[in-house]
Amino acid sequence: MSTPLVSVQDLGVQFSGNRTASALNQVSFELGSGEVLGLLGESGSGKSVTLRTLLRLYPHNKTQISGHIRVDGQDVLALKERELNLYRGGTVSMIFQEPGLAFDPVYTIGQQITEAIRAHGNTDKASARQQALQMLERVQIPQAKQRYDAYPNELSGGMKQRAMIALALACKPKLLLADEPTTALDASVQIQILLLLRELQQETGMSVIFVTHDIGAAVEVADRIAVMYAGRIVEQGPVAQIVHQPRHPYTAGLLASSVGMENRGQPLVVVPGSPPDLAMLPPSCSFAPRCTYASERCHRELPPVLNHGKLSLACFHPILPFMEAA
Amino acid sequence: MNTNLTPRTPAPDRGGPAQPMLIVRDLKKYFPVRGNLLQRKPKFVHAVDGVSFSVPKGKTLGIVGESGCGKSTTARLIAHLMAPDSGTMIFDGEGVAEYGGLELKEFRRNLQMVFQDSFASLNPRLTIADTIAYGPRIHGIAATEANRLTHDLLARVGLEPGQFGSRYPHELSGGQRQRVNIARALAYDPRLVILDEAVAALDKSVQAQVLNLLQELKAERQLTYLFISHDLHVVHYLSDYVMVMYLGQIVESGPVENIYGEAAHPYTRALLSAVPSMNPEHRTLVSPLAGDPPNPINAPSGCRFRERCTHAQAICEALTPTIMEVGNNIHHQVACHMNNPMSGHTETIQEISA
Repeated sequence: MSTPLVSVQDLGVQFSGNRTASALNQVSFELGSGEVLGLLGESGSGKSVTLRTLLRLYPHNKTQISGHIRVDGQDVLALKERELNLYRGGTVSMIFQEPGLAFDPVYTIGQQITEAIRAHGNTDKASARQQALQMLERVQIPQAKQRYDAYPNELSGGMKQRAMIALALACKPKLLLADEPTTALDASVQIQILLLLRELQQETGMSVIFVTHDIGAAVEVADRIAVMYAGRIVEQGPVAQIVHQPRHPYTAGLLASSVGMENRGQPLVVVPGSPPDLAMLPPSCSFAPRCTYASERCHRELPPVLNHGKLSLACFHPILPFMEAA
Repeated sequence: MNTNLTPRTPAPDRGGPAQPMLIVRDLKKYFPVRGNLLQRKPKFVHAVDGVSFSVPKGKTLGIVGESGCGKSTTARLIAHLMAPDSGTMIFDGEGVAEYGGLELKEFRRNLQMVFQDSFASLNPRLTIADTIAYGPRIHGIAATEANRLTHDLLARVGLEPGQFGSRYPHELSGGQRQRVNIARALAYDPRLVILDEAVAALDKSVQAQVLNLLQELKAERQLTYLFISHDLHVVHYLSDYVMVMYLGQIVESGPVENIYGEAAHPYTRALLSAVPSMNPEHRTLVSPLAGDPPNPINAPSGCRFRERCTHAQAICEALTPTIMEVGNNIHHQVACHMNNPMSGHTETIQEISA
């Protein structure tokens, strides 16, 4: 296999302030070009932190980052001002959960896309405008010519998210980071955006990291799913494996607690308790206090991440034996 | 969990078991939109446009629809958080806030609401215990009694009273705050609880915990729920009856098995198939609904859904469909010309069911 587009090794992120919180601990994953990775987890599990660290969005003075990130041959953590500016938006770009907050309200949608295109290449105004218009049409915004001159508040939520995708893809990035892009949208619009993302991904061949807490959305777009808990990746594998044969008790709990059509009339299976405080993570498995399979060993040691083929798992007591199915 | 809650003067069951808990007739709310100087005629958002329904006692009515369809406005109108432009409400056989009927204060004790944003709906300056005790105090309960009630309620919703009672809202997680909101709503011994997207902002595992709690409480206290959500799975799980709204109107309503099993309105069918499949081998390939919901200021003539409907014909533009029974099922109603063999629509019910 050729060198992957993204390679993250032992990434750790700590926020210091009144208290020190370990948002990420020894996160490692790789992503080939054209691959879609779904990062799944609850709030506070470190999904968004992973994405933001990939874009180096956190301020120096309050964050300690350890480990290595390589994207497209570049050492991301070593990038300086000018290179960083080209890296953001050029190599990697991001779409956010709240498209209403991500746009500047005092410029039109078109101006903002045109600005991004001109900042990243030597394009004159007219052709940049032309490219921006093409992008708007590409993301299926009806009457793209009129919408080019629309301010963000004049668009509906779904339309804003489309415009945001157009902005993110305007400079043809190799990696798209999608931070819960459909959470704030209606189910009917969500599926449209998911289909659009999948279509654009296949067309451009870019890689995507798709963060979500909704397994359904992840299943619709991702090739691979990584499940995060308390700042660690606890299980990773192809979508079908994760959905049909979860190994980590947490993954199984997440799947069981999503309400489906067959649950009516019976109590839902729940994962008891709540996620741990990131400022006081135990040195052992952080899921152990909520886990029904936990043994004395789980409360004492941290389970190492085992890799086997496309699967990886950090658990002493997997529901299914780890090696067999791989 | 046994908590000996002695209900303070429980609200009497006035109308008997057959009387619906709540009957709403022809509820309307139009919001004026500020136009520019030259516009003579003021414009209105038809947020809720002639909604009628009833909620049977001890059942759960789920209201679904896209954002802007008037679900939340309907809830707020029912709770009298805003005044309706027209429409009447009958709560357990008595008219609400009308001469000779149920007083508003008494009505509000009988009806409580849980909102989506668990943080914004709690007073940041009150401790959890104070928040819950506040309502009963206002309604004339002695302080010691209110404190005891608070203690029991916190224990019932799964928060250790000694540990959480003295905390402030910002010290709790989203799921814990939503439990506090539920406890606060129950402090009045209500009979109808409106849950406005109450689990939408929660993580999936926490959401399941809260849903279980809601089901237990409903059985324990014979509550009636009005459950508003855009998550069709959750509505299916919790509801006995479902009402689908589109642009301020009801397009389909009926028992949950009818709506999910044999949806008659194209909009309902599209909504149902917009749910992610959960099966990587059978991903959704075509989006069932194109575009966003249209602007409620200039709602389309005739059937409001026709611009996004694949079955739309001339009749749909000319005539607004009335809500009618589907087949012989008096509980299952739909507002669609295809359901009416006399409407002149060429794809009427016989062909659809085939």
